[in-house]
Parts: sequence; structure tokens; C-alpha cells
Amino acid sequence: MLRDAALSALVAFGLFGPMIGLKTEVGVAAIELIYRPIAVLIAVAAVFFGRLALLAWKSTRPVAKAAPGRIAGGMAYVGRYLTPIVLVLTITMPFYAERYWIDLGILVLTYVMLGWGLNIVVGLAGLLDLGYVAFYAVGAYSYALIAQNFGLGFWTCLPLAGILAAFWGVLLGFPVLRLRGDYLAIVTLAFGEIIRVVILNWASLTGGPNGMSGIPRPTLFGLVFNSGGGEGSFADFFGLEPSISHRVIFLFYVILGLALLTNWVSLRLRRLPLGRAWEALREDEIACRALGIDVTVTKLTAFAIGAAFAGFAGAFFATRQAFISPESFTFIESAIVLAIVVLGGLGSQLGVALAAIVMIGGGEMFRDFQEYRMLIFGGALVVVMVVRPRGFLSGRTPSVSLGTKRKIGADLMTEGHG
Amino acid sequence: MAYVLQQLINGLTLGMIYGLIAVGYTMVYGIIGMINFAHGDVFMVGAFLSLIALTLLSGLGVTSVPLALALTLVFAAGIAALYGWTVERVAYRPLRGSFRLAPLISAIGMSIVLQNFVQVSQGARVKPMPELLPGGIPLMNSDGFAVQLSWMQIVIVIVTLALLAAFTYLVTKTPLGRAMRACEQDQKMAGLLGIDTDRTISITFVIGAALAAVAGLMFLLYYGVIDFYIGFIAGVKAFTAAVLGGIGSLPGAVLGGLAIGLIETFWSAYFSVQYKDVAAFSILVLVLIFMPTGLLGRADVEKV
Repeated sequence: MLRDAALSALVAFGLFGPMIGLKTEVGVAAIELIYRPIAVLIAVAAVFFGRLALLAWKSTRPVAKAAPGRIAGGMAYVGRYLTPIVLVLTITMPFYAERYWIDLGILVLTYVMLGWGLNIVVGLAGLLDLGYVAFYAVGAYSYALIAQNFGLGFWTCLPLAGILAAFWGVLLGFPVLRLRGDYLAIVTLAFGEIIRVVILNWASLTGGPNGMSGIPRPTLFGLVFNSGGGEGSFADFFGLEPSISHRVIFLFYVILGLALLTNWVSLRLRRLPLGRAWEALREDEIACRALGIDVTVTKLTAFAIGAAFAGFAGAFFATRQAFISPESFTFIESAIVLAIVVLGGLGSQLGVALAAIVMIGGGEMFRDFQEYRMLIFGGALVVVMVVRPRGFLSGRTPSVSLGTKRKIGADLMTEGHG
Repeated sequence: MAYVLQQLINGLTLGMIYGLIAVGYTMVYGIIGMINFAHGDVFMVGAFLSLIALTLLSGLGVTSVPLALALTLVFAAGIAALYGWTVERVAYRPLRGSFRLAPLISAIGMSIVLQNFVQVSQGARVKPMPELLPGGIPLMNSDGFAVQLSWMQIVIVIVTLALLAAFTYLVTKTPLGRAMRACEQDQKMAGLLGIDTDRTISITFVIGAALAAVAGLMFLLYYGVIDFYIGFIAGVKAFTAAVLGGIGSLPGAVLGGLAIGLIETFWSAYFSVQYKDVAAFSILVLVLIFMPTGLLGRADVEKV
């Protein structure tokens, strides 16, 4: 055991020695090296003791695994009570929380919505989409462009943004959905990058790297939110003191509504034949084809519906920020949303919400460790895949069953090829 | 004419670099059927290791350029190989036999980890490097445009060709190469016949990472600037090269790399530099849709 740990430490020294120990710094004349032996020592020691602890824990753990049904059953039990609590806490949040927390809530809810949208594609239909942020960008830029060029309001543009994003989803998806899972992932990644590069370079339309600003804010049945009050404003109509926080609270409820809509739609879709076809497709594509399911159309609808929700979220993002630039739509955003879906357990609605709260909310908490945030995100992806490939709240209830509904634990599930 | 020739030279050099990375993708795909998403980042780590080694050597007073390059090559390839081994051991081996998307997601995680590890440990700023081998051979001069074959390009082409020759020998003639090809055909059967499949797969990752590190050194020498983000774009392009050449085929990977290098160079020269990445990505999409087996690949028979 000690030998194993020492070996790990040796490997760690090989890995970390040059990279951490010798930092290249751009000096006055040439590149200079900064020596940091202490940092290497700390990193190597951390690996040594970490490995030792892991081995010790493994040797003391009982060999017999917990019954697969128990964890899943327990989760369902927790989920039944946790869902209403989380929901109530969220709805009443503007009444007890401060401005900062509501802003954070809006951010988290945006990611919850994106996560639920991507969940349709990845969790239900089993298509790994690495370019999801492209549709988010399409939604955001559609709203910004339509609003600025045609003077339409948020509520008119919202469905348009969704439809446009779905249209792009179909357009991009149609040729590539015949591909195998991992090829599909790479192609969607390429599409995401293509859209970002085009937005970045088509400066006459999108403003290029400078982005677009002055995007109109949403209104409530024609009542505007502004800090000055005045005729036709929300504060004036209801006879309230004009305050900027009205708009924040309004935005909070808008995104909450949109997110819940996403959730409701995907829950209802699961009960349609279409949703069942998605789940069947995820489990075994060849069996699906043998049973006469039109694989391409089924995949395409999942892709398009997922894209539409990304488009809605994008339009909301644009109206909340009042400013968008290509920087907000990099691959890292796709990776974060994917991480949320994966950590949430690929298909579990509550799991996605909790993962978004932990990852986005937690990430904001540790703003000071900004540099290490993505490091931890990436590490979490690997660890979750290794420890619990189906995510933390894994386990599925079959949509249809004979007699009682039995929860299927993650350990019992296998995957077909496709 | 002279301009075309110069672009041809530049494109072929760039293509060699892509080809070296593509070999790693194609080998790993051939043997375990997964896209090693972190491969591009191992290439980036290799470029940083080369920078560190070159700086260290010049600090120690090694002035001979060939010696410095050789030492850097060995150092970067060795440490990057260790990275490749660790990535496989930590992120992929426990997932063998898991569900289809698990290794891919884990690979994406690993890619993010490597990128941000380098960002944290080496800083986010772009690192420039002074040109190590200035000058070259003037080939021709027409209409006031001088075509030049720089020493750097000669070094890149020679080292790449030598490595590829050695690698081809390894795969086709040695027992290790035979084991690798056996694992590629049928892992279970190879295991039954006494081949240590885990070890073979590890070695595949190690070799791929070492080649990627060499490509990283070439990239550093060729462009003179690196940052922690180069692995992503170069990785996707090299993957495109592997797919274009026919994934699983070694000569195909090199051929695809050369094709991508040429296309990118000529696209930048004649159309637009801003959209050069779009060109490479579009080729990936087009090849996958219309020619999924690539130039030299075998048709994939789907077994149930």
C-alpha cells in the first residue's frame, strides 16, 4: 500500500515537477523561469496522502455492494419531498432574499433551464451535443437583431427566437444525425465553433467582438420597468415607489416560468410515443430500427426541441444583460451545461436542478478561486463518470410498465450499441 | 507561381504537425474505439514542456541548437508520455465496459482539467519564444517575391518523417505492434491468446502522447507563440485530419494531416484568415456526412 502510494507520488512528481515547479514568465528581454519547489512538494504530498487515503478506504469498505434498488428508492423518497420544498423556496425567494441573491438566482435558473433543455437531447434521446451553446447564441442574437432592426418587443421575439433556434437545430441536425454517437459529438462541437466564429467575424451584422448593446428590456403587458418611474411604468401603474429591483424580480419570475415550462414540456413529452421512442433510442438504437422507429426523425425532434429551449434561454439572456458578445458563447459554456446534465444524472429533472444550484451557485460563491473553478468542473466530470457513470441521482422509472412501477437502479442498466 | 510554391511549403509543414497529432487520435480510436478528447491538450502540454525545457537549457548555458532541440525533444516526449499514461489510467481505464458516452464525457472532463491546470500553473498569458533557427534556403525569386525554405521547416519535416518511419516499423514489424493490431481487431480474443490488453492500450496512449508532444515542440518552433488554449483548435483539426484520412489508418492520418494543412494554408492565403478555422471544421462535417470512411479507411461493419 505504501509502495503504491509512493509510486503515485513519483508519477505526480513527473507530472507536476516541470509544469508547476518551473513557471515560464514573460520577462523584459526573454522568457524567464520562476522556480517553485514548495508548490511541487505540496502537490506531490497531496497525491501521496490522497492515494494512501483512497487505498485505506477501499480496503476497509465492505465488499458487498448495497442493493441497487435501495439507493434509487431512497432517492425517489427524498425527491418526492425535496421537489416541493425547492420549488416553494424558489418561488418565494424575492420576498426574503436580497438583490444579490436574486441576481444569482436568475443566473442559476438560466442554467437550470439550459440543463433541462439539454437533458432532452442528452438525457432522454442519448445524443451527446457538444455545441448546445450555439443554439443559445442563435436565440440571443435572434432576439437582439429582431428587436433592434424591426423594433419588436421581448414577448413577440421570444417565440421567434425559439423557432429560429429550432430551425437551426433541424438544419444542422438533418445531415449529421445519421452519425454514430461520438462522431455526432464532434460534429456538434464543430458547428458550435463555426457559429461562434461567424458571429465573431460578421461585424457588420453582429458587431463582431464588440458585441451588441442596448437590447430592449422586457415589459409586463406594456408596462416598462425603469428606475425613474413616470408615465406607463410598472411602478406608476401600481402606485409603487420606483425601484430597479422591480425589474430584477420580474426577470426572476420570467426565467422561473420559462424553466418550469421547459420542465413541464419535457415531462409531458416523455409520456408521448415520441418521448418513449427517445428513451428506447437511448437504450438501443439497433433494436429501435428493427422495431420500425424512424430513427432520423426521432433524433431530429429531440435536437430541435432541445435547441428551441436553448433559443428561449438565449433570448432571455440577451434581454437580461442588455448586452451580448461572442465571448458568452464559447465551448466552455457548452461544457458547463453538459457537466450539469451529467452530474444531475442524465435524465433526472431534479438532479439537473440541484447540479445547477451546486455548480453555478457554488462557483459564484468561490469567485475568489475563479481560476480553479473550471479545474474543479473538469475534475468533477471525470470523477462522476468513474464513480457513478449514471450521475448522482441516477435510476430510472420506466414510463410504461406492467403492474407496479419498479425503479431500475443504475447498476442494473446496460447500454446497447448505436 | 512563387506565392503558390511558398504556400505549398508552408502548408506541408503545418500538415506534418497535424499529421503527428492525428496519429494519436487514429491509434486510440482504432484500439478502443473512443475519441480521446484530451489528446489535443496533451499536445498543448507538450508545447509548454518544450518551452520550459528550452528556457531551462538556455539558462544552463547550452548554446548548441541541435543539442538543445534533441534534449528538449526527449524531455517533452517523455513527460508528455507520462501525461498520456496518467490520463488513460485515471479517466479511461475504469470506464472500460461502461456505457457508451461515459468515456467521452470523462475525456471532455480531462481536457478541461489539463487546460485549466496549465492555465493555473503557467499563467494565462500568451508565451512568445524567440526564433531558434533563423534563416533558410532561398529557393527562387520571381516578381520580387522570394520563396524561402526555412531551416525550421526542414527540421520539422525531417523529424516528422523520421518519427513516422520509426513508428510504422514499430507497428508493422515488432511484437508490440503485432499485439496492438491484434487488440485493434478483437480485444477479447487477443486477451485470450495471452496479450496483456491493458498494457497494450496503455502503451498506445503513451506513444500517441509522445508523438503529440513532438508536434507541440514543432508548433512552438513554427509559430513562436503558445497559450493554454492551442490544444482545443489544433485537436479538432487533427481529429479532422484523422477522419479525413480514414480513422484507424496510420498512413491515412498523415495524408489527412497534410491535406488539412494545405487546405488551411491556401484558404488563409486566398480567402480569409478569420474564417480558416471554419474551413477546417466545415471539412470535418462534410467528410463525416459524405465520406464517413475517409480516404484510406475501411468501411465499418456494424455488428449487433
